[in-house]
Amino acid sequence: MERGTREYALWTVGLIAIMVVAIFPVFWILSLSLKDPATISDGRLIPAEFTLDNYQVLFEGGFDSPLLRPLINSILIALIATTIAIVAAAFAAYAIARLDFPGKFAVLSGALAIAMFPAISTIGPLFDMWRALGLYDTYVGLIIPYLTFSLPLAIFILVAFFREIPWDLEQAAQVDGATPLQAFRKVIVPLAAPGMFTAAILVFIFCWNDFLFAISLTSSDASRTVPAALAFFTGESQFTEPTASIAAAAMLVTIPIIIFVLIFQRRIVAGLTSGAVKG
Amino acid sequence: MSDAPATEAAGPSAPKVTDRAKAERRLGWMLCAPAVIAMLLVTAYPIGYAIVLSLQDVDLRFPDEGGFVGLDNYGAVLSSDLWWQGLFNTAFITVVSVVIELVLGMILALVMHRAIFGRGVVRTAVLIPYGIVTVVAAFAWFYAFDPASGFVDGLPFVADDKAWFGDRWSAMSVIIMAEVWKTTPFMALLLLAGLTTIDEGVYEAAKVDGANAVQRFFRITLPLMKPAILVALLFRTLDAFRVFDSIFVMTGGGQDTESVSILGYNQLISRLNLGLGSAVSVLIFILVLLIAFAFVRGFGATVPQGRQEA
Repeated sequence: MERGTREYALWTVGLIAIMVVAIFPVFWILSLSLKDPATISDGRLIPAEFTLDNYQVLFEGGFDSPLLRPLINSILIALIATTIAIVAAAFAAYAIARLDFPGKFAVLSGALAIAMFPAISTIGPLFDMWRALGLYDTYVGLIIPYLTFSLPLAIFILVAFFREIPWDLEQAAQVDGATPLQAFRKVIVPLAAPGMFTAAILVFIFCWNDFLFAISLTSSDASRTVPAALAFFTGESQFTEPTASIAAAAMLVTIPIIIFVLIFQRRIVAGLTSGAVKG
Repeated sequence: MSDAPATEAAGPSAPKVTDRAKAERRLGWMLCAPAVIAMLLVTAYPIGYAIVLSLQDVDLRFPDEGGFVGLDNYGAVLSSDLWWQGLFNTAFITVVSVVIELVLGMILALVMHRAIFGRGVVRTAVLIPYGIVTVVAAFAWFYAFDPASGFVDGLPFVADDKAWFGDRWSAMSVIIMAEVWKTTPFMALLLLAGLTTIDEGVYEAAKVDGANAVQRFFRITLPLMKPAILVALLFRTLDAFRVFDSIFVMTGGGQDTESVSILGYNQLISRLNLGLGSAVSVLIFILVLLIAFAFVRGFGATVPQGRQEA
C-alpha cells in the first residue's frame, strides 16, 4: 500500500483507534495513581500535579502495609501453582502425545470438561472442606484449586506442542552413541522447553488473575492475593475513598504482566490458539 | 462427556497384548495420574459434595440446626425472584457481550489477517487487555465512569451528573463494556487462528468467478470458519456465564445487577448458608452442562482435539 493514499490513511486511523481503546483504561489508572488524592475527582486525563505518594502509602509499615504481603502472596502462590501444574501437565501430555493406552481420550475430554467447569460451583464445598482440613486462608488452599483449573489449559497446550516434536531424534541420538539420559537432556528438553514455557506463562497469568477463589478461601493478609486485597482496600480514614491507593496498587500488578505479555507475545498467541483450532 | 468411546480401547493390536504394550499402558496411566487426581479432587468431589449439601439445611450461622430437607433448597431458590433476576442478568450479559465480542473479534481478526502493515502493533495492543487482571480492568472502568473520580461525565453529550452505577441498565452497560474490552482479544486471536487455516486459493477462485468482498466474506470465510467460530463462542459463552469479578467490583450486585455467580457467592460466603448456596451452585453447574451440550449437539461444535483422537 502506498503512503498518502486514502486507504493508507484509513488503515492508520483504524490502527490508532485499536491501540487507544486497548491502552486507555491502563492509562486512566496510571493517571489516577499519580494524582494527589485531593484532586482525584478533577476528571483530568493528565494529573495537574504528579505525586508518588500513593505508591509509597502502599508499602508503609513493611509487612503490615496494605500491599506488601498480598504482593508476596500473589507471586509465591502463582509461581508454586504454575510449577506444579506444568510438571503434572507435562507428564500427562507426554503420555497422551507419545504412548498408546486406553483412557487417553477420557483424560482429554475430562480436561476439556474442567476447562468449562463453573468455579463458583466448587466454592461452597471447598470453603467447608478447607475449614475442616485447616487449609482455609493458607497458600495450599489456593494453590490446589489453581492447579486444578489451570491443568486443562496446560495439558492442551503441551499435547499440541509435544505432538510436533520429532521424537525420532531421540533414537537417532542414541544410535549415534548418546546415553538415553543424554538423548533426553540434549535433544528432547531443548525441543520441549518452548512449549513448557508457553504453558507456564499462560498458567501464571491465570493464577495471577484469579479473584473468586482468592476472596472466598482467604480471610486475612496471611494468604490474600492482590486482586482480593484490592477489593478490601480501605481509605486512610473512614471518610476518604481509597481510589488513588487502589489505582497505584492496580498499576503495580499490571505493569509487570504487561511487560511480560509484550515480551512473550508470540508464545502467548501460539499457546492461546494451539488447543482451540487444531484438527 | 468424560467417557472414552469404545473404539479407542480397541487399538490396532487389540487381540494380543504384549508385555511391552502392557508396560506402555501402565506408564501412560502413571504419568496421567497426578493430573487426573488433581483435576478430580477440586471438581468431581466438590460437585458431589455440593449436591449433598444442597439437600440439607446447612447454615453455618446456626450450626445446631440442619438435617436432610430433600429438594426444599431448590424449591426456595427456584421460587425466589432473586434467582430469576440473577439468571436473567447473567443471560443478558452473556448474550450481549458475546455477540459484541464476536463482531469486534471478527473485525480485529480480519484486520490482523489482512494487515499490510502494523499487524504486530495490533497484536501487541490487543494482548494488553488479555494480560490485565480482570479486577484491575473492572476498577479502571469503574473509576472512569464513577462521578467521584471519572471523566466520562465531563465528556460532551454526557449528562454532567450521570450516576452510572446508580441505575440498573447504565450499570449493566458499563459491566458489559468492561467484559467486552477484556475478552475481545481472546476471541480475536481464536478467530485469527481459524482464518489463517483458510486456503487463499479459494478466494482467488471466487474472485475470478466475480464474487465481491461481501459475498466472499459471507459465502466463503464464514462457512469455512464455522468450527473456529463455534469453539470460540462455546468458550466465551461459558466464560461470560461465570461473570463475577466485574460485577463484584463495580456494583457488588447492587442496583439489581446480580449475576448467578454473585448470588451463589453471597449465599455461600457472605451469608454462610451452605445449603441454599450449594443449591445455587448445582443449578449453575447444570446450566453450564446444558449450554455445553447445546453447543456440541445443536450447533455441531467440534470439541477441539476430540476430532484428532476419534
